[in-house]
Amino acid sequence: MANGILVAAEVSGGAVASITLEVLGAARRLADQMGKPAQAALVGSGVEGLAKELIAHGADQVFVVDEPALAKYSCDGFVAAMEKVNAAASPDAILMGQSDMGRDLGPRLAFRLGSVSAMDCLNVTGEGGKVIAERPCYGGNARATYSFNTSPAVISIRSKAQEPVARDDSRQGQVTKVDAGIDASAIRDKIVGHQEVAEEGIRLEDADVIVAGGRGIGSAEGFSVLEELAKALGGAVGATRAACDNGWRPVSEQIGLTGKIVGPTLYFAVGISGASQHMAGCTGAKNIVAINKDPEAIVFKSSRFGIVDDYKKVLPALVEACRKLKA
Amino acid sequence: MPLHIIACVKQVPDPEAPASAFRVDEAAKKVVAAAGVTPVISQFDALAVEAALRIKDAASDAKITVISLGPESARDVVKHSLAMGADEGVLLTDSAFDGDSYTTALALSKAIEKIGDYNLVLCGRQATDWDAGVVGYGIAEMLGVPSVSLAKSVTVQGDKVVVERVLMEGYDTVEAPLPALVTVSNELGEPRYPKLQQIMMAARKQVTVWGAGDLGLDASKVGAGAVRMNLERLFQPVSEVECEIVEGETPDEVATKLAQRLREQKII
Repeated sequence: MANGILVAAEVSGGAVASITLEVLGAARRLADQMGKPAQAALVGSGVEGLAKELIAHGADQVFVVDEPALAKYSCDGFVAAMEKVNAAASPDAILMGQSDMGRDLGPRLAFRLGSVSAMDCLNVTGEGGKVIAERPCYGGNARATYSFNTSPAVISIRSKAQEPVARDDSRQGQVTKVDAGIDASAIRDKIVGHQEVAEEGIRLEDADVIVAGGRGIGSAEGFSVLEELAKALGGAVGATRAACDNGWRPVSEQIGLTGKIVGPTLYFAVGISGASQHMAGCTGAKNIVAINKDPEAIVFKSSRFGIVDDYKKVLPALVEACRKLKA
Repeated sequence: MPLHIIACVKQVPDPEAPASAFRVDEAAKKVVAAAGVTPVISQFDALAVEAALRIKDAASDAKITVISLGPESARDVVKHSLAMGADEGVLLTDSAFDGDSYTTALALSKAIEKIGDYNLVLCGRQATDWDAGVVGYGIAEMLGVPSVSLAKSVTVQGDKVVVERVLMEGYDTVEAPLPALVTVSNELGEPRYPKLQQIMMAARKQVTVWGAGDLGLDASKVGAGAVRMNLERLFQPVSEVECEIVEGETPDEVATKLAQRLREQKII
């Protein structure tokens, strides 16, 4: 007998990760549709105090695994901890963010539990007591919906695909400690080093304006005018995988299926053909402006405004025009 | 004992094919193969082979076996991997394997156990058709070995594998004892392109073919009869955006018009 919709919460920099709030929103709605509680698993070391945050954002029950061996993420440690939470909570489905943690934890946990995972989903609903997950596939060219024969179904949710529920500190919930007894020596995958890529200026995920360039930019130097436009509008520069693979931009700026998922108010797609693998990263953008010399480029089909010309001619003029407007 | 690396590769529709050629048969819940578009090795899987070759290049004695599960045509991606420099190839083909990620992972893990004496299994981070990113973990779980995902570099140091794992903001260095499974991401770099002579040599190499029976799998307990998730619907999302093309005599005029339109719409 399954009892609820469980969220595997993620802690980042001592706080609940923003993606977890989005996933809690999805779980809250799914739980209400199914008439079941929304549950959360809080796994880590020194994290117990965050349980009330999860309750304020929609959880009815929080299962806390707070052990020193879980101070850093490891597949072995977190799968084992989630296995214990699953036994205590016996959920219909386990939801998590499609994040550094979720994309690693989800599939292995599903196999451990003799179940199955649907990754990178945009939506999850309860129809007639059944959980249905919708996810993009074929690089974003197609969408698939799935039902599940095993439980719990493990479902990861793409960032910016779901809205959090409004914070309510008066919400009540139950906190249960789970002793997983994770032994550090039993964790085989160990993090022994970490390298942060320092991002200059505004984080792409937070930027309200993004000026992104693709293969059509042609060189690292070509991006300087994109930087100028971003600066003029107080935005950030992004890139396609092709631009990053060519070494024109750092990997941290990659937007798309295997990079970052962004949702700015304004997204300039410059010299970007519009391959679905890239567009998957910016479907959350409210307005896309495409600048491409190829009038047939597929990017125009997802854009609100378009300019058919060489970016080298148009962009310097656009920088000037935007500076004037902003002045 | 030589270091033995196993790379798993999948054949997929060419993701570089024009988007206009992409079509879904909603009734059959299948993607219609575009005419004249040849299926290819999934790009992350080519990088798994590349990662294996880089380890072999640095090692004194190493062997690479490549396995693909798919239709008879998947022999081509095994041959491609052999031409890149893999030593041996195995093709798992059987209509009993038509199922979901569970059957794929089960058949691949059984094949790896049958091959035996492996130290490292490499997979792409996800296949470029279904983009699931699941099978590698299933293989690791069924083999009972540690898994490390999203590698931008993979090296073998003594009895452990050292992986630089790509994160949203940087990377972690992760170690795991061998045998282990690692999934490879595009940050690894470019896969090598087979030379003509290697293609000719690979063409002459034997590919071992195994079905469910060869792997000790009961055909009724895998594939369609063992699916854990059901594809309910497959469709192409429609974009409802109407694109307004901004035009003018000079780039200045076009740029000014666009800036004005963005201001009118309160976008900037």
